[in-house]
Amino acid sequence: MAVPVAFFAVFFAYPVAAIVRRGLKDDGAWHVGRIADVLGQSDIRHVLWFTTWQALASTALTLLVALPGAYVLARFDFPGRQVLRAVVTVPFVLPTVVVGTAFLALVGRGGLLDELWGLRLDTTVWAILLAHVFFNYAVVVRTVGGLWSQLDPRQEEAARMLGASPLTAWRKVTLPALAPALAAAALMVFLFTFTSFGVVQILGGPTFSTLEVEIYRQTSEIFDLSTAAVLTIVQFLAVGAILAVHAWTVRRRETALKLVDASLTARRPRGAGQWALLAAVLATIALLLLLPLAVLVQRSLTAPGFGYYRALTDADGGTFLVAPIHAIGASLSYAAAATAVAVVVGGLAAAALARRDSGRIVRGFDALLMLPLGVSAVTVGFGFLIALDEPPLDLRQSWMLVPLAQALVGVPFVVRTMLPVLRAVDVRLREAAAVLGASPWRVWREVDLPMVRRALLVAAGFAFAVSLGEFGATVFIARPDNPTLPVAVARLLSRPGDLNYGQAMALSTILMVVCAVALLVLERLRTDRSGEF
Amino acid sequence: MLLGLQAATVRFGGRAALDAVDLAVAEHEIVCVLGPSGSGKSTLLRAVAGLQPLDSGRVLLDGRDQSGVPAHRREVGLMFQDHQLFPQRDVAGNVGFGLRMRGASKGERAARVGELLDLVGLPGAGARAVAALSGGEQQRVALARALAPRPRLLMLDEPLGQLDRSLRERLVVELRELFGRLGTTVLAVTHDQGEAFALADRVVVMREGRIAQSGTPLEVWQRPADAFVARFLGFENVVEARVEGEAAVTPWGKVPVPEDAPQGARSLVVRPAGVRLVPTDEGLRCRVAARTFQGTHVAVHLQPQDAPRLEAACPLRSAPEVGDEVGVEFDPADVVVLG
Repeated sequence: MAVPVAFFAVFFAYPVAAIVRRGLKDDGAWHVGRIADVLGQSDIRHVLWFTTWQALASTALTLLVALPGAYVLARFDFPGRQVLRAVVTVPFVLPTVVVGTAFLALVGRGGLLDELWGLRLDTTVWAILLAHVFFNYAVVVRTVGGLWSQLDPRQEEAARMLGASPLTAWRKVTLPALAPALAAAALMVFLFTFTSFGVVQILGGPTFSTLEVEIYRQTSEIFDLSTAAVLTIVQFLAVGAILAVHAWTVRRRETALKLVDASLTARRPRGAGQWALLAAVLATIALLLLLPLAVLVQRSLTAPGFGYYRALTDADGGTFLVAPIHAIGASLSYAAAATAVAVVVGGLAAAALARRDSGRIVRGFDALLMLPLGVSAVTVGFGFLIALDEPPLDLRQSWMLVPLAQALVGVPFVVRTMLPVLRAVDVRLREAAAVLGASPWRVWREVDLPMVRRALLVAAGFAFAVSLGEFGATVFIARPDNPTLPVAVARLLSRPGDLNYGQAMALSTILMVVCAVALLVLERLRTDRSGEF
Repeated sequence: MLLGLQAATVRFGGRAALDAVDLAVAEHEIVCVLGPSGSGKSTLLRAVAGLQPLDSGRVLLDGRDQSGVPAHRREVGLMFQDHQLFPQRDVAGNVGFGLRMRGASKGERAARVGELLDLVGLPGAGARAVAALSGGEQQRVALARALAPRPRLLMLDEPLGQLDRSLRERLVVELRELFGRLGTTVLAVTHDQGEAFALADRVVVMREGRIAQSGTPLEVWQRPADAFVARFLGFENVVEARVEGEAAVTPWGKVPVPEDAPQGARSLVVRPAGVRLVPTDEGLRCRVAARTFQGTHVAVHLQPQDAPRLEAACPLRSAPEVGDEVGVEFDPADVVVLG
């Protein structure tokens, strides 16, 4: 418990406090009234309203589109299921910049739909919503489907025998069991879309602006730090409130579930209805998730002889001090370090939170852990930049700065993934181990760990992917001679010219491939290990 | 005494699950705690194991106070109600778990696991997955797992609860034999009196967190301490009565009692064998409400007018049919006047 608390105090609370101080403190005096001033502006109120409703709409749309996918991937057994599971996760780990660009290439001016039917969505909110569904499809499939695949189907059968129709059985038995995961998934999607930055920046144009984009605009374009700080505080409070409510509802609903081996619950689809469902889900995945990426790859190959790719090895472009290709190595090592930190910190926090006798303070920490998700990544990066560059803590020269910022963003994923499974471990199994002579630490290692290894691997995969694609924070603190992949992509995109655009496409394609490979390795690992169960 | 409880008390909210319980278990003794669900018997085991802290009182093992000693250092074995085998380990991994926690070497472990699997009748099952075991086999593995580290006290929570009847009856005999051979000290809890009587040297009946009676199976069976114990043991013919000399006034009329019976207002038990059927013009007039075949005899449920039902044990041939009218007399040898 002490480790996560200290980690958050130093790398989260301290930088945020530094920003707040810079924003609200002037000439040694506090100006809290500024909050009311800023909120009184009609354009800011408009931004708040848009941020909220687009997040709600995106969440609803994502659940609608992704729940059938979660069901199909959890309960149906078909060739290529493992691969497909990894495939749907890839969009989630792509940097927001790349997603925005891919959708621009699909629905924007001169995009694929424009070429085919003259259809353009980039000036409407639909482009943003679609990109958000693209992004968060995996959140629902992973979080809900992961639990779904381990629910004992006999529970539903028991309800059927008691006279429940298939729909009633699902509603009364499966849905309540899924509720914690469903709530967790909906919350994650809402948070991501509430704090959406890159996607809205690119697809929103001048019309649509979220709180996050506004904070960025105030910071980097208008240099109005105090308004940015006030907006950060507003976002902080809103997200804190949502998280507190969520922690409360989840705690009320979570019960010890009867989990079974996932491989036992999946079976071949039967009947026309189930095959049609499978086909519909596959079609959705193909159109919504694969098509934008395919367009992205296609645009990266438009130069003859892999021209854009060959240009990446060339340091003379002037955009960076090193050839863009070096960003791959830097990204991988940063992400590995960030994953290690996130898994240790998040694992310890989840273990502490899973104890049923945990006190009020520990439970409050549950909500606190999620805050880095709600506070904009831009804020985290900016906070690092201004807080950790001077004594007592000067990490500006340390390579650990980037992994630490990325780990901060990764920890909530680890906690969210681990906690439902940890809480579902039967407490009497732990007691059985204790009576046989296992100390609390051994109990964790011998009982909890083997049962949550799957969740732990998924959590590590998430943390790795998030670190790899992290952009908002990293862009502030990555050194020019050592950029990560998303930072390199963004810099290339910000420069004019077909070569830079093509190189950005090529580099994003590489990033996509790296993520896909990492996830496929992880899926492989999962199936190997689950053979023990 | 190997195990001693002194005024052990556990409260859940306002309710006492264990209410100042005193209990002693000697070495090599097999004690069975018997009680309905909610009587606190499982809490008793958890308190001894160190899984449930006491609100007051003490648990002593080998005369040493166990307060502050965590479960994993108490060196007692506990077999859980539904076994709680570790699903991700095979049979050998489960049985050898306690030994591994105590730092036993691989060879030592393998030898002991083999020995125990032979003992519980599952030789060579070490590599099997626990999910593939039948209920009876799981029970055996759980027993082997609890016995493997040689605990000074073995505790069993509803050891045969979920098994079918014939298996249960066979396993009770096996367990009794096994514990006798190993000299294991056993504290078991069950709600099944047949199981308790077959297994135990001494039976402890619990009610609402307190000990209602303690004694050998024969003592408890012959002289239940009160109406609760008598009913819990399955005696249906329990009434309030006033004993005067060699007869008691009951709702069933005058019932003869043994010579040395205590006098005054008492509870009175008539064993089914002591309810004799006679022609209708003699004794208490009853109607046969139900009859159930019990293998060696027929249990006949008799409804007198304005009095509680009576259960009688009749030989197979002479049992009356449902709806028949019969007379009832009582045999003083099977009438027990309770403390």
